[in-house]
Amino acid sequence: MAIGKPIEGVYGVIAEFHDAQELLDAANKTREAGYTSIDAFSPFPIHGLSDAIGFKHTKLSAVVLGMGIFGGLAGFFMCWFPNVIHYPLNIGGKPLNSWPAWIPITFETTVLFAAFGAVFGMLALNGLPMPYHPVFNVSRFEQASRDRFFLVIQARDPQFELGKVRDFLDSLNPREVTDVPW
Amino acid sequence: MAERDQPPLHEIRPTRQLESVPDRFIPQPIVEPGHTFATITDHISSIVLRKKTPLGWYLGFAVSLVGMFVLNLTIGKILFVGVGLWGINHPVGWGFDIINFVWWIGIGHAGTLISAILLLLHQEWRTSINRFAEAMTLFAVASAGLYPALHTGRPWFDYWLFPYPNTMAIWPQFRSPLMWDVFAVSTYATVSLLFWYVGMVPDLATLRDRTKNKFGRFIYGMGALGWRGSAKHWHRYEHAYLLLAGLSTPLVLSVHTIVSFDFAVAQVPGWHATFFPPYFVAGAVVAGFAMVLTLAIPLRKAFKLEGFITTKHLENMGKIMLATGLMVFYSYAVEMFMAYYSGDPFERYTFYTRVTGPYRHYWYMLILCNCLAPNLMWVKRFRTSPMWLFITAQFVNVGMWLERFVIIPESLTRDFLPSSWGTYHGTRWDWGMYLGSIGLFLFLLFLFIRFLPMISIFEMRTMLPEAQAHGEEHS
Repeated sequence: MAIGKPIEGVYGVIAEFHDAQELLDAANKTREAGYTSIDAFSPFPIHGLSDAIGFKHTKLSAVVLGMGIFGGLAGFFMCWFPNVIHYPLNIGGKPLNSWPAWIPITFETTVLFAAFGAVFGMLALNGLPMPYHPVFNVSRFEQASRDRFFLVIQARDPQFELGKVRDFLDSLNPREVTDVPW
Repeated sequence: MAERDQPPLHEIRPTRQLESVPDRFIPQPIVEPGHTFATITDHISSIVLRKKTPLGWYLGFAVSLVGMFVLNLTIGKILFVGVGLWGINHPVGWGFDIINFVWWIGIGHAGTLISAILLLLHQEWRTSINRFAEAMTLFAVASAGLYPALHTGRPWFDYWLFPYPNTMAIWPQFRSPLMWDVFAVSTYATVSLLFWYVGMVPDLATLRDRTKNKFGRFIYGMGALGWRGSAKHWHRYEHAYLLLAGLSTPLVLSVHTIVSFDFAVAQVPGWHATFFPPYFVAGAVVAGFAMVLTLAIPLRKAFKLEGFITTKHLENMGKIMLATGLMVFYSYAVEMFMAYYSGDPFERYTFYTRVTGPYRHYWYMLILCNCLAPNLMWVKRFRTSPMWLFITAQFVNVGMWLERFVIIPESLTRDFLPSSWGTYHGTRWDWGMYLGSIGLFLFLLFLFIRFLPMISIFEMRTMLPEAQAHGEEHS
């Protein structure tokens, strides 16, 4: 089998670990061994784990900032347009563009859109909702939402070779190593 | 210099000296010792997933259904007859409806404070109470929202509050605090819902994997959005959660600020005060913590959650209730002083009437409930006793309602012109609406504790020492 070609019917190989420390060490060793298409699964966020699998940055902050700025401008426009352009009312010669009165609404729409950006941006970047995923085919995987920790090396990794990957994961002292079918 | 070789002060760890430190300086554990990832998961999820529903739940749910019945009856009658059923009159146009609106919105604030502000301040003890405090926020905002919606008189036209293109070519009055309120409360409700739901996604995945019921697996699976606990997902998730907390913090302060503008921007004596925003926010926090205690104390007893909601949690909440209660006390004093110091005869008279007028009993009760009762919390014995905490919280719950009564309708009974002075009393429909909204709140709460995890499971797991993994440093 040629190295670097995906294998028919196999998503990857998954290893199960007992605790957070073992998973973190295993993830670091896997990355250092040169694997790039790896992912780790844990029942709670583990500090440093995303670094360990080689995941550095997320664009989420930029999304939230952009949405917040958009929300603020849209909120201000919503107050400004009817009062200044569409339906101006001259009340005792007071200025039409009475911007201080529109700050509360501008603030609220800023927060609203930024929050939309944070939630929907996070879901979109994470590719959720995704009810089906190959790792769910592993029967032990339902323990990942309780007290077990998993590390997967995906078949699309350029270094992927089924036997070698199994042996490599076995060398990390896991509880069990299983193939993940598609 | 020799001192240079010493580690910095914050890195010195207590060793044998610990034995000589008095108990009160040793941090209490947030989770009772002996718990593991598995026991935390199983304990909290079993409350939801067990087949047999406890009898107490049915009893509580039945009580809340009675409240719902009263609410539906009242709203039905109001839709047919109109808001004239309420005790509002000239000059008192804002009665129970606005009192209860402000009361409920204030109660909601503790949920956001616990979930957002205490998260940003690294107060880890918040973890076991944030989920149901957030749920409390949502349900309190739902109860609050009923009042202004009906208060408009013709609720079927409530959509006029939003700027939509219409054949009448008219716009809402964006310069009015009441419009600001529409945006503040609807944003608050939306962001609180998102915050609550996002916080629950990993726990819904836990329930999806634990439940034996096919239908439950489907429903929880849909809610979990296919969450699988990937490290990349957690990374973005924590990022999003922190950003939401950062956004919710100014939001929660803005909501009661804008609610207070409803009064402060008006010219009625007793309302027109620049310091209303901080005064109302402090009142909201004390009211909210009183309600969290009101709910947490029976819940931890009923569901044996003492291992998660420990005495330390109750004590901390008692301390916050004391601190914010004192801020409220201070606000009353400043309000009184400013009325005197302004030299404005109308302002002075309004405050004089509060203490000596026909509603003076309300004022005396208010001082007892909000200014005197929270001072029990100075004493450690009281703030570590669930019973005393519960009693104090009830005083505050009542006191905060009285505060809004004293401010809102009472100020309206004594405005500038003696010929337009009046009186105000709630009618049975006002009380029906009030009891009904408590019924709605309890109804939603009972459904929540039966079908959703009331404590954040994944955040509780991170409270265990085993959750701390240390990686090798790399660039």
